[in-house]
Amino acid sequence: MRGRFIKDRLASLGMMVIVVLAGVLVFVMVFALYWKSRPILEVKSLSELFLGKVWGPSRGEFGFLPFIVGTLWVTMVSVIISVPLCVLSAIYLSEYSPRWLREWSKPLIDLLAGIPSVVYGVWGVMMVVPLVRNYLGGFLGVETSGYCVLSGGLVLAIMISPVIIHISIEVLGAVGFELREASLALGATRWQTVKGTVVRKALAGIIAGVGLGLARAFGETMAVLMVTGNVARIPRSVFEPAYTLPALIANNYGEMLSVPLYDSALLLGAFILLLVTLIFNIISRLVLLRIEGRGY
Amino acid sequence: MILSGRFWRRVEERFFLGLMIFSCGVIFLGLVLILLDIFIKGLPALSWSMISQAPKGGFYLGKEGGVLNAIIGSLVLAGGASLIAFFLSLPLVLFLNIYLKRTSGISAFIRFSLDVLWGVPSIVYGAFGFTLMLFFGLKASLLGGMIAVSLLIFPIMSRAMDEVMRMAPRELLEASYSVGTTRFETGIKIVLRQTFPGIITAVLIAFGRGIGDAASVIFTAGYSDHISISLFRPVATLPLAIFYQLGTPFPEVQDRAYACSLILTMIIILISVLTRFLTKKFQKYIVR
Repeated sequence: MRGRFIKDRLASLGMMVIVVLAGVLVFVMVFALYWKSRPILEVKSLSELFLGKVWGPSRGEFGFLPFIVGTLWVTMVSVIISVPLCVLSAIYLSEYSPRWLREWSKPLIDLLAGIPSVVYGVWGVMMVVPLVRNYLGGFLGVETSGYCVLSGGLVLAIMISPVIIHISIEVLGAVGFELREASLALGATRWQTVKGTVVRKALAGIIAGVGLGLARAFGETMAVLMVTGNVARIPRSVFEPAYTLPALIANNYGEMLSVPLYDSALLLGAFILLLVTLIFNIISRLVLLRIEGRGY
Repeated sequence: MILSGRFWRRVEERFFLGLMIFSCGVIFLGLVLILLDIFIKGLPALSWSMISQAPKGGFYLGKEGGVLNAIIGSLVLAGGASLIAFFLSLPLVLFLNIYLKRTSGISAFIRFSLDVLWGVPSIVYGAFGFTLMLFFGLKASLLGGMIAVSLLIFPIMSRAMDEVMRMAPRELLEASYSVGTTRFETGIKIVLRQTFPGIITAVLIAFGRGIGDAASVIFTAGYSDHISISLFRPVATLPLAIFYQLGTPFPEVQDRAYACSLILTMIIILISVLTRFLTKKFQKYIVR
């Protein structure tokens, strides 16, 4: 009899340890990456790091600006392409589509989310890069290798679409039926109801979904690394190559230990990445929490 | 006037409906194109020696060999990581759902942090895993890769398990308590059984995520051309095999990257079919 209660106590203690670990993991990660990037933060000023345009680790120059701007370009292009497509798809699937299509689309979207980023990268190299080089570039009369911001944005647009569609469908579905009925009863058409009532009500949630997609695009590594060309210069158009922050980290892991401050600089890159994605995720999740209303 | 208003409303509705169907088409066309491309390019390059041999001399110059090292490495690494993540997730989720009250602030906070962790890029887990390894004096190895990947998939697995455990009927718990069981016994013997299909699904989803991720293992697991499974030695993984092979200038080797992508995609599709099948199969044993 006694033993069972002791077992229960012990188990709860063990579980509690894991719960605490899970709770502090975010903070540990932030702290560890900050700690590791301190050596470079002590030597270089913030403006030197974030506004410096030259990246030459062997000469001790660590300007992050090309990478930050490159990441922003690629992320923005992907969001601009992806958001209209995803939001319209989500509205269709949630409001208009026949039931069977909605049922069928779920596993397909899950599959799209499950495809590894390297496979997206392979697809990008195989299809998107030649498309941009031969057709889009030719059509617009621009010389481009195809390994550029636009290719990265196109691949990322497909990659982040499951997140945005999934969240959008969820928040659209959470809009009460009474609201729809009230709008329809006033004589509004279906589209007017969707536009004026449903989407307006769900807007905050959709934006939160976009925020999650944006964070995903910001931190995506392999697929972007494979198609954007990786030239450490600030891109001036979408047809120019870019070098993103995650790609920088992934590409230089081998040599970083032999150059002074290099590992610290790369981990500073990871630290920035973590902070940016955390901020976007936290805000988006808070918005979604408020909408769900169920709390956790 | 009324007529024209009605007319324009109809035009607007039609226009946006068309736009929506077009958007849906683009997204699903994207999926179909990706799968089709991988199949068309990968299938001709796939051969028995690809999946039955390790790389031999000159493999990366287009000579003999296969990627068995990467297939085995990936399966072992993702399997090990899933196992670690499972032994972290299960207690966590049991604690959240059985020991804590439904309105507990702690469980709200934990769920929130898990959701946030889900959004952290895998390269950050790779970098963090790498600093952990430096701290403990580990070199790039299977163990390092397993730790990094388990950190990456642990939030996914926990949240997926949590979703099903929250669905477990309250009455079932109460019935169990009323015959005198402890919370631990209820958790292990009742709730676990009740949510079994969901738990298997959660593990499979996490495994799928783990086996496909490259950015978290690039620092931590390294790469090896040998089929040598040892916790403290570098290990090859499929995503990195794809990445390195595509990076070579030789078309024969690039073809192999396509074949590897096909293998990886097949594994992912297999997992998603399996989860659906298992969910259906086990559903009938569940108390509703």
